[in-house]
Amino acid sequence: MRNNKTSVHEPLFHVVKRDTIPLWKSMLIRVIAVAASLLVCSLLSMVLIKANPIEFLETLVDATFGSERRLWKFSKDAAVLLCIALAITPAFKMKFWNIGAEGQVLIGALASVACAFYLGKSMPNWALLIVMFVAAVISGAIWGGIPAIFKAKWGTNETLFTLMMNYAASGIVAFFLVKWTPSGSSVLGELKVGHLPEIVHPYLLIILAVIAITLFVFIYQSFTKHGYELSVVGESENTARYIGINVKKVIIRTMLLSGAICGIAGFLIVAGLDHSITETTVGGRGFTAIMVSWLAKFNPLVMILTAAFVTFLNQGASQISTFFNIDSSFPSMVVGIVLFFIIGCEFFINYKVKFRSTSKKEVK
Amino acid sequence: MEKKLALELKGVSKYFGKLAANKNVDLDVYRGEILAILGENGCGKTTLMNMIAGIYYPDEGTIYVDGNEAVIRSPKDAFAHGIGMIHQHFKLVDVFSAAQNIILGINDGKRYNISEVNAKVKTIADKYGFVIDPAKKIHEMSVSEKQTVEILKVLYRGADILILDEPSAVLTPQETEKLFAVLRKMRDDGKSILIITHKLHEVMSISDRVAVFRKGEHIATVNTAETSPAQLTEMMVGKKVELNIDRPDPENVEGRLFVKNLSLTDTEGIKLLDDISFVANSGEILGIAGIAGSGQRELLESIAGLSGHIEGEIIYHNPKTGEVESLRDKNPVQIRELGVRLSFVPEDRLGMGLVGNMDLVDNMMLRSYSKGRSLFVDRKKPKSLAERIVKDLQVATPGTGTPVRRLSGGNVQKVLVGREIAASPTVLMAAYPVRGLDINSSYTIYNLLTEQKKKGVAVIFVGEDLDVLVELCDRIMVICAGKITGVVDGRSTTKEEIGLLMTKTDTSYSDSEGGKGE
Repeated sequence: MRNNKTSVHEPLFHVVKRDTIPLWKSMLIRVIAVAASLLVCSLLSMVLIKANPIEFLETLVDATFGSERRLWKFSKDAAVLLCIALAITPAFKMKFWNIGAEGQVLIGALASVACAFYLGKSMPNWALLIVMFVAAVISGAIWGGIPAIFKAKWGTNETLFTLMMNYAASGIVAFFLVKWTPSGSSVLGELKVGHLPEIVHPYLLIILAVIAITLFVFIYQSFTKHGYELSVVGESENTARYIGINVKKVIIRTMLLSGAICGIAGFLIVAGLDHSITETTVGGRGFTAIMVSWLAKFNPLVMILTAAFVTFLNQGASQISTFFNIDSSFPSMVVGIVLFFIIGCEFFINYKVKFRSTSKKEVK
Repeated sequence: MEKKLALELKGVSKYFGKLAANKNVDLDVYRGEILAILGENGCGKTTLMNMIAGIYYPDEGTIYVDGNEAVIRSPKDAFAHGIGMIHQHFKLVDVFSAAQNIILGINDGKRYNISEVNAKVKTIADKYGFVIDPAKKIHEMSVSEKQTVEILKVLYRGADILILDEPSAVLTPQETEKLFAVLRKMRDDGKSILIITHKLHEVMSISDRVAVFRKGEHIATVNTAETSPAQLTEMMVGKKVELNIDRPDPENVEGRLFVKNLSLTDTEGIKLLDDISFVANSGEILGIAGIAGSGQRELLESIAGLSGHIEGEIIYHNPKTGEVESLRDKNPVQIRELGVRLSFVPEDRLGMGLVGNMDLVDNMMLRSYSKGRSLFVDRKKPKSLAERIVKDLQVATPGTGTPVRRLSGGNVQKVLVGREIAASPTVLMAAYPVRGLDINSSYTIYNLLTEQKKKGVAVIFVGEDLDVLVELCDRIMVICAGKITGVVDGRSTTKEEIGLLMTKTDTSYSDSEGGKGE
């Protein structure tokens, strides 16, 4: 059994978990990661699409900061993404893996459209907006609440449940689209009623609303009893039981809130931007939001940055595809590469790589 | 007889962040000896053993096996050098038999032949005097049988340097004796055995030499025959320690908590608690002894209102108002609202009593956050409470904003016990409050419990170290398989008497009962 001939080789490197890391160091690692990823992307762009790397980077940045219009579009897109990310954050903090934001937003949007469609002519715009808002909040909360009730009462798996609810939501939207379009074309034209008022700029109100929601979620999570309870439940259900927190109640309550904010996002999309609905109104942002929330480690204030960053990448990617006249696959790769570096660098924040000390000579 | 060096460590260090878990450790282990590894918690003894067993890789230093330099990068490498470790927490597949678990992961190119394995396991077991049925499934085994499987697993792989991490922590005194007899046989067979333990009397009875560690450093290795518990403690702690537990006579004894015919059945119809009746008196420490998993946890959780539906009665006599309250079918919040000041230090500190990722302040808040009608939490009082506990109990922490999981075991326990005592309880329940704690911290906890007793609190103490139980408690209730098998007087009983009660059932001792409830 014993093998005396085992060659004596210290491994080239081994990985050690870091105890703590100063903030500047972790930020430096992140900056290096972004820089490295952009370097890789530029090199790839040279090889794959024969682009000038400087031009490539310029285009990426230009997509967001190139003009006032682009900056507004960027802010609006980031705000909507942030809103959805904020919505799922309390649930995620509770370790309730709500991947159903897509459906919850969509159902909120549908409720808003339905109110405008049926009640639009019978009430003034301000009253209609209130009704749309309330309907969106309630329907979003219901859509989020159903899986929560099943989880609390019967221990169903929330990931599958919320995912399935997305398909249900898009099915319902498809149903109403057929019902509402007399020709059966399923293309609903722009609604003439239920538009959010314009303050200075068409997007400004949405951005302000999302800032308010950001503050609300931040305060809710950090300073209220509800927020404290949901963190305890997320960290350890046993501890929650031990101090007498009603775990079921907290799960349902938090998901109602999560769904309600998703509903608000749906309302903002309908009343402030699209004024219509399709099955793809949310367009995957319910999933992108998970990444935004996670990258920010569920801190609503940091989420402003992560939402902005993800939006910046997406906007840059589509600009690259226009500018260099290529299809969207290369830009998608760019987004993927950058995110890979960002998420990958967390490894170096949590662990330290120790290389073989050169001073030690190798014994036979 | 000349002794042959089996294992030699030279200048081994291991760092976690800035903290040195082991600093420049030299250690010799000979063939045919039992070396006890002694040291307080966090002194790096488990880290060192993990490096020998290939779980960690040393940052500095060299390990020699039989005089040759060895690089041990994984447990597999360790086995190749004949080193095997038996961990404190068993790593066994429940639905497999003993033999199946033993060969799991062995890839020697041979065909899977279970009867051959059974026979080989049996041979090894007989050689050293283990009692085991290789075909028995793990989930039918008692804790001590599971441990036997873990040891056989290592022997089967041909290990002749064995590391045991606190093997007696889960055993009764009788089982421990059996284990030690086996270990002695293995030693006489020429194997080297390293045994980590906290219990000094075990060190004295089993080991040939003792290696003492303090703060990551190897202080000295002494021959067991030439030392004494007092000397070992002094080397371990770095100063003289009084190893006596103060036990004042109970005063103002009156019934505080009455448990009558308490039974608890789990969803599969197994009785976890069976007709338990006892009284916890004020001014008295009631010890609860039993093999791990005999219903101790369920009993305390039932009283604390965490178990759902129970049969029987739990009645609390309020010393202030003289009122009598039934605690049955009430949750912890309702119990608190009745004015019952019941504090509970659960066995699972970071998984139940505290939230590991939260800081000291937020953990203090667990008990008090819901007070008042405000929507917002008040962190001022918890903060001052946290500061007071840090000061009074000498909790070693960078500050009150540190997540508790970063603290060492003893400090975590001080935080938890401190919080529970701060509520000035009338009943204090503590489950294994010194598990994993070093000597100093343990005695701090014993003194805190005794202080509470002097204040007239009814203290219920679930312990595993019988030496401590008979020194600390006024009365000791022994349970086995969810039943009370006896209540003895702490001042007149012996460890052996309790040990016998721990395994006594109506139908004589049945092995399969031991591991139940876990």
